[in-house]
Amino acid sequence: MTRTLRHAGPVLTVLAVVLVVWYLGAAWLNFDRARDLADDGAAWRDVLASTMRQDRPLLPAPHQVVAELFDTVFLHAVDSPKSLIHHAAVTASAAGLGFLIALALGVSVSVGIVHVRSLDRSLMLWIIASQTVPVLAIAPMVVVVLGNIGFTGLLPKSLIAGYLSFFPIVTGMVKGLRSPDPMQRDLMHTYSASGMQVFAKLRWPASMTFLFPSLKVAATLSLVGAIVAELPIGAQAGLGARLLSGSYYGQTLQIWAALFMASLLALLAIAAVDVTQSALVRRRGGRL
Amino acid sequence: MVEAATAKAPIGTPFAAPMPPVVVADHLSVVFDAGGQRVVALDDVSLDIARGSFVSLIGPSGCGKTTLLRAIADLERPTSGRLTVNAMTPEQARRARAYGYVFQAPALYPWRTVERNVMLPLEIMGMAAAERISRADRYLGLVGLTEFRRRFPWQLSGGMQQRVSIARALSFEPALLLMDEPFGALDEITRDGLNLHLHRLWRSTGMTVVFVTHSIPEAVFLSTRIVVMSPQPGKVVDVIDVDLADRDLDVRETPAFLRVAHRIREALRAGHSYD
Repeated sequence: MTRTLRHAGPVLTVLAVVLVVWYLGAAWLNFDRARDLADDGAAWRDVLASTMRQDRPLLPAPHQVVAELFDTVFLHAVDSPKSLIHHAAVTASAAGLGFLIALALGVSVSVGIVHVRSLDRSLMLWIIASQTVPVLAIAPMVVVVLGNIGFTGLLPKSLIAGYLSFFPIVTGMVKGLRSPDPMQRDLMHTYSASGMQVFAKLRWPASMTFLFPSLKVAATLSLVGAIVAELPIGAQAGLGARLLSGSYYGQTLQIWAALFMASLLALLAIAAVDVTQSALVRRRGGRL
Repeated sequence: MVEAATAKAPIGTPFAAPMPPVVVADHLSVVFDAGGQRVVALDDVSLDIARGSFVSLIGPSGCGKTTLLRAIADLERPTSGRLTVNAMTPEQARRARAYGYVFQAPALYPWRTVERNVMLPLEIMGMAAAERISRADRYLGLVGLTEFRRRFPWQLSGGMQQRVSIARALSFEPALLLMDEPFGALDEITRDGLNLHLHRLWRSTGMTVVFVTHSIPEAVFLSTRIVVMSPQPGKVVDVIDVDLADRDLDVRETPAFLRVAHRIREALRAGHSYD
């Protein structure tokens, strides 16, 4: 219990500071508009109080964001377009599918790179170069091109999500598959182990140590990819769509609620990776 | 620790048996190309290793003792000369799983329990699960680690880890055990214990051991024959037969022991190992 408190202490302190700064910022940024809206001769204190309850504040106060979150999460049917759960689910499914595509492709490509010399020389450079292409530039093209050949909805978004999460998975996995030291490999040689056996009993288990940290990065990147993919196409649903429509109509509360939901999804994604990792760690006696 | 049950290999008379040698090196040379520079790791080495003997290769760093061991294990290719293991090429012998190899470090796989590390070669060789379990049990017992079988390598001390790696090398019951400075990284007390242990193990199994070391007492204590090597290029400078009756740790203070140790030192000096 005391340990939990000791860990919670610093986190709560940071939270308190953030809240104070946030409230001060909201008061300051919303003050001009509050004064414009207020009756002539309104008390200065009333104007300040009204900065905390505008419909479309420049910066919503924290409690307004919480209220908006509560409203959109709990007070609407899950399948209603007003439900933030609905939008989160749309984005999460695209991110999840993208993550799985990246995982399957990333692991296969890594195995190829480690085992086939020509792939190592040809592919790695392109994979690194691909990361210099901004996802904002490539997302609309992918969505439009795929839309023209009949792929809409989940798949184009997943591909963009996968595009982002592919890179950390490949770099982590290649490093992991190459991590066994010469002695561990010589040992396999003395047993006359086949390539498959070296892979299954040495390279693959050794790579897990490197794969899991990469998966945490990849999980959050797949969310970023899914949200970015929802921006350029005027998507009807998804957190990206919420962000976009929120900014069209000046619905700052909607934007902030979507942002918080996105962070929550990222935390859940990382937690999911963590749970898988813990299961593996338990099987390995407490170490990854 | 398990006492030697039967001494199949008669100590001190390693060449009495009429059987062909396990390892034959004939004018063997190994040359490395280190960044365009020729490094002669082994130069014209001729050597027989008799069945059932315990042969130590001793010399300073760079004398080629590890290279010779690795060549026998088909981990290095000879540049010239002939090398046979059980009358086969090293590669054929490796494919026939003729030897077990113990490295300088335990080289255990950290994600496997002690028991499953010992089973690793057995899995690779396609042994049935029941037999794997009984073998792991037997050889972990032999190195005195039965109660640690469910632990992971990093939960064990360095000496215990090296014992696991010895159990792993013994698990598939090779007739030849190749050991590359297996106790080099351990403290002297642990090393003494393991030397005693290894000696009993060798006596009870009757296998052939080729043992690389740079410890003179260790070599004299364990070996029936000691090959002294010198560096640059790696050469054999002397071959010494050891005839010690009882081997316990006290044997190291007897005149016979000290005579052999002295002769090794003389050979090392002649090979400019102390220059």
